[in-house]
Amino acid sequence: MKTTLSVLVENHPGVLSRIAGLFSRRGFNIDSLAVGTTENPDISRMTIVVEGDEYVVEQVKKQLNKLVDVIKVSKISPEDSVTRELILIKVDAEPQVRSEIIHISEIFRANIVDVSRKSMTIELTGDKDKISAFEELLKPFGIKELVRTGVIAVNRGTNTIKIEEED
Amino acid sequence: MLITGAQALIKSLELEKVEIIFGYPGGAILPVYDSLNHSEIKHILTRSEQGAAHAASGYARVSGKVGVCMATSGPGATNLVTGIATAYMDSIPIVAITGQVSTAVIGRDVFQEVDITGATAPFTKHNYLIKKAEDIPRIIKEAFFIASTGRPGPVLIDLPKDIADTKIEFEYPKKITLRGYKPNIIGHPLQISRAAEAINKAKRPVICAGGGINTAGAEKELKKLAEKAHIPVVTTLMGTGAFSAKHSLYMGMIGMHGISSANKTVSVSDLIIAVGARFGDRATGKVEGFGPKAKIIHIDIDPAEIGKNVQVHIPIVGDVKQILDEMIKSVELKGSTDWNKYTDGLKEECFDDINDSYLNPVEVIRCLSNKTKGEVIITTEVGCHQMWAAQHYEFTKPRTFISSGGLGTMGYGLPAAIGAQIAQEDNMVINICGDGSFQMNLTEMATAIENNLPVKIVLFNNRGLGLVRQLQEFYCEKRYNQVHFSFVPDFVKLTESYGIKAVRIKKPEEIPKAIDSLISEKGPFLLECMVDIDKNVYPMVLNGSSINDMIGG
Ligand SMILES: Cc1ncc(C[n+]2csc(CCOP(=O)(O)OP(=O)(O)O)c2C)c(N)n1
Repeated sequence: MKTTLSVLVENHPGVLSRIAGLFSRRGFNIDSLAVGTTENPDISRMTIVVEGDEYVVEQVKKQLNKLVDVIKVSKISPEDSVTRELILIKVDAEPQVRSEIIHISEIFRANIVDVSRKSMTIELTGDKDKISAFEELLKPFGIKELVRTGVIAVNRGTNTIKIEEED
Repeated sequence: MLITGAQALIKSLELEKVEIIFGYPGGAILPVYDSLNHSEIKHILTRSEQGAAHAASGYARVSGKVGVCMATSGPGATNLVTGIATAYMDSIPIVAITGQVSTAVIGRDVFQEVDITGATAPFTKHNYLIKKAEDIPRIIKEAFFIASTGRPGPVLIDLPKDIADTKIEFEYPKKITLRGYKPNIIGHPLQISRAAEAINKAKRPVICAGGGINTAGAEKELKKLAEKAHIPVVTTLMGTGAFSAKHSLYMGMIGMHGISSANKTVSVSDLIIAVGARFGDRATGKVEGFGPKAKIIHIDIDPAEIGKNVQVHIPIVGDVKQILDEMIKSVELKGSTDWNKYTDGLKEECFDDINDSYLNPVEVIRCLSNKTKGEVIITTEVGCHQMWAAQHYEFTKPRTFISSGGLGTMGYGLPAAIGAQIAQEDNMVINICGDGSFQMNLTEMATAIENNLPVKIVLFNNRGLGLVRQLQEFYCEKRYNQVHFSFVPDFVKLTESYGIKAVRIKKPEEIPKAIDSLISEKGPFLLECMVDIDKNVYPMVLNGSSINDMIGG
């Protein structure tokens, strides 16, 4: 089972290694991890996809909460959230197959961001399913390189994950 | 007025009311030691940094205050590591300060550089590498707050040399703002009343008291609860002393080497009220066999402990003292029941008199317990002697059993005794040790004598590693390997060379007099008891067995 956690952390050096260390030390599996600053530059937001049953997820949440640099841990439910990942994919693209690749990319609303004589680099944003489908379709052409950012997620509607500031 | 970072550090420690630092100097921490010259804070020079960390931890456990230790960068810092990890596993509040190489060269593998914040991240509650001298006061204030609140634990502060030399305007913060650290204090009222209800309904309840009672100072509340509802009490190793061993409701320590009455009580009970205990594997044995018929109430300050090792029915997160206090109000007064009669019966089965023809360590500990009325501070090392001390010394007060429970660190007892003695000058402190453990940090005898600390040592010399020998007997079909010393020093002469009085005994009839000499000696003293290495600790619960399944129980 995969669970997406949104983790607000102090934007300090060393925080990432603390969190990564906690996962390896306690034997938790990270499926993906994406991190960047938020609207508040002092705070970073990590989106961590964890692999494990309910017990594991509960432990991950509690252990993360114990870290002083972790401000808030929230579970993101798939139904009430928007999740996205960005990939850059470089495929073999001899002139005779190019139009086919362009066609597939259009269907997926992917952008072609670089073209050379023998290859094309395509950028695609989407959820897991869309990205996998795209990858499958491009496989026959020969994937030279694939990079993904890891999943990021926000809740739908006015629901936000914020810290409760108190004085 | 501008002062240096090192001066700001010392000033901050003074403002945190630190009275004593255990430490060992070196190059990277020179500025700090230089500033310490002008301070009221006393410094105890141990004989290794590990000794300093253990001493700070012994001090913290006896006094309830934060223990402070200090070391230089590189090897000084790594020598602290065992002490920090030991404190972490037992939730002991210490602040460790290490010197670090200058910020400009961090990461270049210069002389005595080691990434100590990286190394200690897994077993510190939090740690800091100071990057700006202006941050020193805030970081010190936060460190003491984090170490001592919630579930206590060690905090390490790494101070690069150039930062220690940087001049700053000193201002000590009044407030702490830590967005990510809000130790939960108040127990949920609904959960508390659910727990009280479960206690009122239970036919065979038992309280399992852990180290959290000692930490929270909740021994009075514990006693009140037990007495009001007539509930038998067991303790974990860390809970030793939280409930008087002389109390009629006390059933003993549970666990792998638990007392049979305690293990049996838990095994047949229908409600376990675990207070400030974490269900460690040494206490529970096979988890499925731990209180198989019981519902479990788990009271602990650390939410991450709830449900980590065993499934609980009624969790309550918060300060155990406050929660017990609140809970007692709704717990019904009960007289002695059949259950109490049953558990009393269990107790009678296991405390027989000893009349051995050989020098039995258990007899030594019982005699020590009687002659000191169960009131002194006992520190231990790790091994058979540790288990005998926990089983047979009748502790009557909290914070008097000072032992490495979670990490099981040999070499802990003597330096911890030094810290303990400084924390309580008027009480007697006795380190119970084996010859294996004693040889790990015996150099700290010098620290004791140098500082006029009358620490006593009871050394069980079995010329080897008793507890590991026992494991090899059971798990390796008696293929003994590396558990017998073919050389041991003359411990009496060795001790005397430190200027400490020492006596050796070999026969049981010598015990009472020897213990009298130990007690009446004004200064430090070592009593060496020549014992047999084949003497096992019983009861023993084998790996993978339930605690009800005891060998020799
Ligand atoms: C630092 C450390 N190393 C190894 C061990 C493993 N160990 C546990 S008990 C023990 C033997 C202890 O011998 P001793 O101190 O003489 O005590 P005894 O069991 O003989 O009473 C050993 C080696 C440990 N707990 N700590």
